[in-house]
Amino acid sequence: MNLILQVEEVSVSFDGFKALDIKYFELEERELRVVIGPNGAGKTTFMDVLCGKTKPQTGSAIMADKDLIKLNEKQIVDLGVGRKFQTPSVFGSLTVWDNLLLASKSNRGIWSTLFHKPTEAMRDAIDRVAATVGLTRHLSSVAAILSHGQKQWLEIGMLILQDPKLLLIDEPAAGMTDEETEKTGELLLELAKRHSIIVIEHDMEFVRQLARKVTVLCEGRILTEGSMEKIQNDPEVIERYLGRSKRRDENGQPVAAVTAVGTKHG
Amino acid sequence: MKIFEALWQREKTALAFAFAAILLIPLANAMGWVSDLNLNLLGRYFCFALAALGIDLVWGYAGILTLCQALFFCLGGYCIGMHMLLKTGTNGVYGSALPDFMVWNQVKTLPWFWEPFHHFPIALFLALCVPVVFAMTFGYFAFRSRINGVYFSIITQALALAMWLIFLRNETMLGGTNGLTDFKTLLGFQLAHPAVKRTLFVITAVVLTSAYFGCRLLIASKLGKVLIAIRDSEQRLRFTGFPVARFKLFAFTLSALLAAVGGILYVPQTGIITPGRMDVKNSLEMVVWVALGGRGTLSGPILGAVGVSLCYSFLTGRFPGSWLYFLGALFVAVVLFMPQGLAGALQQLPFRKRANNRSSTDIGPAALAASMAGTSDIHDPSGDAQGTGADPLTTRNTTAGVTP
Repeated sequence: MNLILQVEEVSVSFDGFKALDIKYFELEERELRVVIGPNGAGKTTFMDVLCGKTKPQTGSAIMADKDLIKLNEKQIVDLGVGRKFQTPSVFGSLTVWDNLLLASKSNRGIWSTLFHKPTEAMRDAIDRVAATVGLTRHLSSVAAILSHGQKQWLEIGMLILQDPKLLLIDEPAAGMTDEETEKTGELLLELAKRHSIIVIEHDMEFVRQLARKVTVLCEGRILTEGSMEKIQNDPEVIERYLGRSKRRDENGQPVAAVTAVGTKHG
Repeated sequence: MKIFEALWQREKTALAFAFAAILLIPLANAMGWVSDLNLNLLGRYFCFALAALGIDLVWGYAGILTLCQALFFCLGGYCIGMHMLLKTGTNGVYGSALPDFMVWNQVKTLPWFWEPFHHFPIALFLALCVPVVFAMTFGYFAFRSRINGVYFSIITQALALAMWLIFLRNETMLGGTNGLTDFKTLLGFQLAHPAVKRTLFVITAVVLTSAYFGCRLLIASKLGKVLIAIRDSEQRLRFTGFPVARFKLFAFTLSALLAAVGGILYVPQTGIITPGRMDVKNSLEMVVWVALGGRGTLSGPILGAVGVSLCYSFLTGRFPGSWLYFLGALFVAVVLFMPQGLAGALQQLPFRKRANNRSSTDIGPAALAASMAGTSDIHDPSGDAQGTGADPLTTRNTTAGVTP
């Protein structure tokens, strides 16, 4: 398997507080990686670094022979990194269709935007993605009236249209109902067939659904990496993160869902 | 032609107003039914409306509150004023080839930067270029440094103040506090002549109409959607790969251009331009017009600029000294009862309900833009959009704004 992303020695400090200190992190092509960790572990900061929102003091993040740290947001997007924010961020006063149109691959210059006319292929792609994220019936609705979950899906749909190589998805299931969460999980698994994805998640039930390699962040460092099985039985992880809840289920497994982390931040 | 059909469908009111402004009112003036004074006043208000239109683009759609539009208005106005003053030549009060204010300031030779303004084409070019280059330079640094929201507003206000102070000084050689006045001719035409005044009015009305429909097309295009996206979520737009700063700069520069065009048309009709036109208060007033008329509606700002100015003329005549109370009351009333501004309130009048039922549930800027989206094909220069009338997309988008 080829590596799509290689992060080395990345550290971010805010006023002397070390928010992130990653020695080494790698992601394979078409890998779906879940990043978990308690509040303040540096998960979101990690994504901010990868998409250019935050510049680390040291380190490198190599993707396609380029160092993301040295590029600006637009160059990173052009390189094929898409970011989904924790709180749904869509263009509320535009229709769902327009939201998807803006995300579609096309020249982002001023004049080509002014004289832009959506091609047939572009319309097909928009229809296809709308169907994937279940928003076909809402294409002509203004995005602001969508439910929370639908906004999250719209944002994911916009990411798909951008067709990035690497998707960074921050807590997609936050605030969703169980049913919506499950649907989101299916969506991500589907996406993982064609894209590399890093997902931040708090909801352990959801993580289990994705059931892929998990990275545990704690106080800005990578505590451990491995399968869900391994993570759940890692004494350090239990101690620092999962184990805060002493409750066990009937098999003696830690009940590591929402109770373990308390309410979701953000 | 689909373009005219679409315009006729959606812009009947605007076209009626344009028709009245371009033909009926000047005709009435020629017949003596509308006084020269009133025609002239209305012409000047149309110039304000141009500036207000620009503010709507940058503030109403892109969400960037700019507080220095009166400055761009005056930069355009001063340039054309300088040209007209030079053409006054020895017909001035002192009979000198130099403008009067230079005579009483004991200036012996014309300052170098006045020289190009002898020629009308150059003066017109500079009248458009100076504000545009100024806005581009300022905007470039402001947007590149990601100066956002209220910080941007404050900086533009500081800019307006600084420029006002510079123009107040006699050493700037632009007439100081008294500004530029005593214009006699433009392109050889006597400005005082009623027919010339009427022509200027018609030109202003034509320019305003073109600017309005130009902005409509712009807003209906994908670029218009990008501007709205800047307002809604700048961050999302940035991570969607758009060079946000460049789009902001475009909107800001375009608004400066519209203000400058307003200024260029304003000065020949008013006969004077002073730094008083560009002080901080004036820029704020322009924003108030847009707020009263309705942000993000394009028609609202025109309504606001002309309406408030008409009220001003009327009320300052009847109740001198209490104008500001009226303006304040008007502002409070609009904020309380017409959250969408005058344009929004007019859309909701009972007899317009039926015509607008497509967007009656939400007459906000988005719905308007969305209901215009169906025309987004019409600006396509290749013209190959004309066969797509039954296109599912077009149909879909024209019904946008209806809440299911």
